[in-house]
Amino acid sequence: MTTLQPPAAAEPRPAPPPAGRDRRSWTGWGFIGPFVAVFALVFLAPIAYSLYLSLFRDQLIGGTTFVGLDNYEQALRDDRFWAALGRVSLFLCVQVPVMLGIALLVALALDSGRLYGRNFFRVSIFLPYAVPAVVATLMWSFMYGTRFGLVGDLGDAFGLSLPDPLSPDLVLASIGNIVTWEFVGYNMLIFYSALRVVPHSLYEAAEIDGAGQIRVVTAIKLPAIRGALVIATIFSIIGSFQLFNEPSVMQKLAPNAITTDYTPNYYTYSLSFSGQQHNYSATVAIVMGLITMVIAYVVQLRGMRKGA
Amino acid sequence: MHKHSRRLLRGIGLVCALALGATACGGSDDEGSGPKSVSESDVRAALEKGGSLTVWAWEPTLKQVAADFQKEHPNVKVNLVNAGTGNDQYKALQNAMSAKKGVPDVAQVEYYAMGQYALTKQLTDLEGFGADELADRYSPGPWNGVKAGGEGIYGLPMDSGPMALFYNKKVFDKHKIKVPTTWDEYVDAARALHKADPKVYITNDAGDAGFTTSLLWQSGSRPYQVDGTEVGIDFTDRGAKTYTDTWQKLLDEKLVAPVTSWSDEWYKGLGDGTIATLATGAWMPANLASGVKDAAGDWRVAPLPQWEAGGKASAENGGSALTLPELGGNEALAYAFVEYANAGKGVDTRVEGGAFPATTEQLNSEEFQNTEFPYFGGQQANKIFAESAANVADDWSYLPYQVYANSIFNDTVGKAYVSGTTLADGLKSWQEASVEYGDEQGFTVEK
Repeated sequence: MTTLQPPAAAEPRPAPPPAGRDRRSWTGWGFIGPFVAVFALVFLAPIAYSLYLSLFRDQLIGGTTFVGLDNYEQALRDDRFWAALGRVSLFLCVQVPVMLGIALLVALALDSGRLYGRNFFRVSIFLPYAVPAVVATLMWSFMYGTRFGLVGDLGDAFGLSLPDPLSPDLVLASIGNIVTWEFVGYNMLIFYSALRVVPHSLYEAAEIDGAGQIRVVTAIKLPAIRGALVIATIFSIIGSFQLFNEPSVMQKLAPNAITTDYTPNYYTYSLSFSGQQHNYSATVAIVMGLITMVIAYVVQLRGMRKGA
Repeated sequence: MHKHSRRLLRGIGLVCALALGATACGGSDDEGSGPKSVSESDVRAALEKGGSLTVWAWEPTLKQVAADFQKEHPNVKVNLVNAGTGNDQYKALQNAMSAKKGVPDVAQVEYYAMGQYALTKQLTDLEGFGADELADRYSPGPWNGVKAGGEGIYGLPMDSGPMALFYNKKVFDKHKIKVPTTWDEYVDAARALHKADPKVYITNDAGDAGFTTSLLWQSGSRPYQVDGTEVGIDFTDRGAKTYTDTWQKLLDEKLVAPVTSWSDEWYKGLGDGTIATLATGAWMPANLASGVKDAAGDWRVAPLPQWEAGGKASAENGGSALTLPELGGNEALAYAFVEYANAGKGVDTRVEGGAFPATTEQLNSEEFQNTEFPYFGGQQANKIFAESAANVADDWSYLPYQVYANSIFNDTVGKAYVSGTTLADGLKSWQEASVEYGDEQGFTVEK
């Protein structure tokens, strides 16, 4: 990547302020002060507090005691946590490529200019993103019902016995379907806007060289939106690891398929609100946050390196 | 993506932070003062003086009780707050107690959830208030409930849920099937009904901790042994085996509808006859009348099926008490209200409103027993409920952390409903998970 070079050493340095160091200007801080205050209060303070919490253990019998890193040790050995992480990782490996693939195809189709009613498509595909996740999940859950839902009606209409989308084997795929439905439009919009800024002269040059549409896509469009692809992938990774709304809403309808430790976030929620284990919950959240950060960072590094 | 979940998590973090911060600052400064006592004259003086009282409860009939109470004692102002039903309220209450701020003077708590508050001394022991003299006024199940496995009396029973079998008579008549009196007959009826019409199930069961523990209670199983902080958990006694053997048949042959209670599907099934019976608490009639209007006149009530032919065993399902949180104030006034609502005139008001009382006087009164339920085709259902209430075995106890244990029921026993795991194995893993939690929380758990 090209960045601005620092001023060359040859340039004459401005003279140091006459009265020494304490004459430092605080004007800059005045500008970012309000932001820093809010940022510290709503972002840094809760993280610091979680770290503090994670060093203690509060028991119904015995009260609060300092336990050092015991909670972390417990988290690293916690099968329920690792199973939840495995589940969202599987979700990530299957759902994210499918969702981004569809979003990319739609964005390319819209950008190709060969589609009638482009604006209508763009808006209607984006629309699910405007539906709150809880509402979307409820709506889909009703459709998934094998007795009175759409799945049940389809089964009745064709005399089939369709598999239950809310059974333990299929429920993760059913959640994936909901998430895909919700976020294809959002990702499509990121790709589409990236495609819109590709200079038209490139397409004209390609046409003169006799390149077909496929070649234009692979040689111009995809490389041009690499940055957008990486960003969308990182957002999706974070989203997958933080999966919470969908399982927590569906848990009421499929309590035996979705356990209280179904995803890492849902596990921390259950620990905190059903089990009163706030300290351990904070620990699991911190461990999960670290894992998410590392993976997102690795993806970013890889994505950007190839792009350079 | 998933902005909501991030926001929610941050919110949760903040709530936890607040709650725990308060705990950390609190320490143990106000313990060891011995049981409190409030005499009758104290109560009278408090009523004279007046003041305001905050009551957290979701029981609908209390509204009228509060209004009457204020009319009788014009100096008293009762703020009745619905802070959520069941678990939602416990979360709010726990947070308030941890923060030592905003704790209500009176709180509704279900029997199964009382242990935790009683053990951690977050509820006032009412023995010194004269509550011990009220023991004979209540039927045994609820009275055992307010003792919460401890030595004290941590509330006054408000309602109770002696179990009975609600059945759709129209469905049973149509297929000419006899209403079961034992659980073995119940299984036979389930087979016959499902065979006659594959859409009909004897009942719904998708794994419900409250229901399972109630059936265990009735079967004579006593899985939880609680003595202060010493806890024993064992789901392998004879009663538990009787239950799992019978219920496993229903699951194996797919004779129960896999529908969760209180879902839309459930109400629909109760209305159209595809769910033919419900074994549940005596508080059910009001719910049927309001939620399943279509089937008015179809349903009847019968005694709960028995594990042994000719038996009379029963159990409680649900029910709650009014308690005085230790950190609430105004004890004399709070007790006056609780006594009025749950032992005094308030009981009649609540019975009129459709509540099922815990007091023997009302349960045995002719007026109560002769009440005809239009929803049940004029049947005097209270007679069955009252008999059930009298037959509840009173040596059952819940865990001091039953709220948590119930929350993981579907993680463990739930497997028996959706896979090849047996109920007995499911109960075993529930036992293991409950033991583990007990250990972590500092209980002495016998394994």
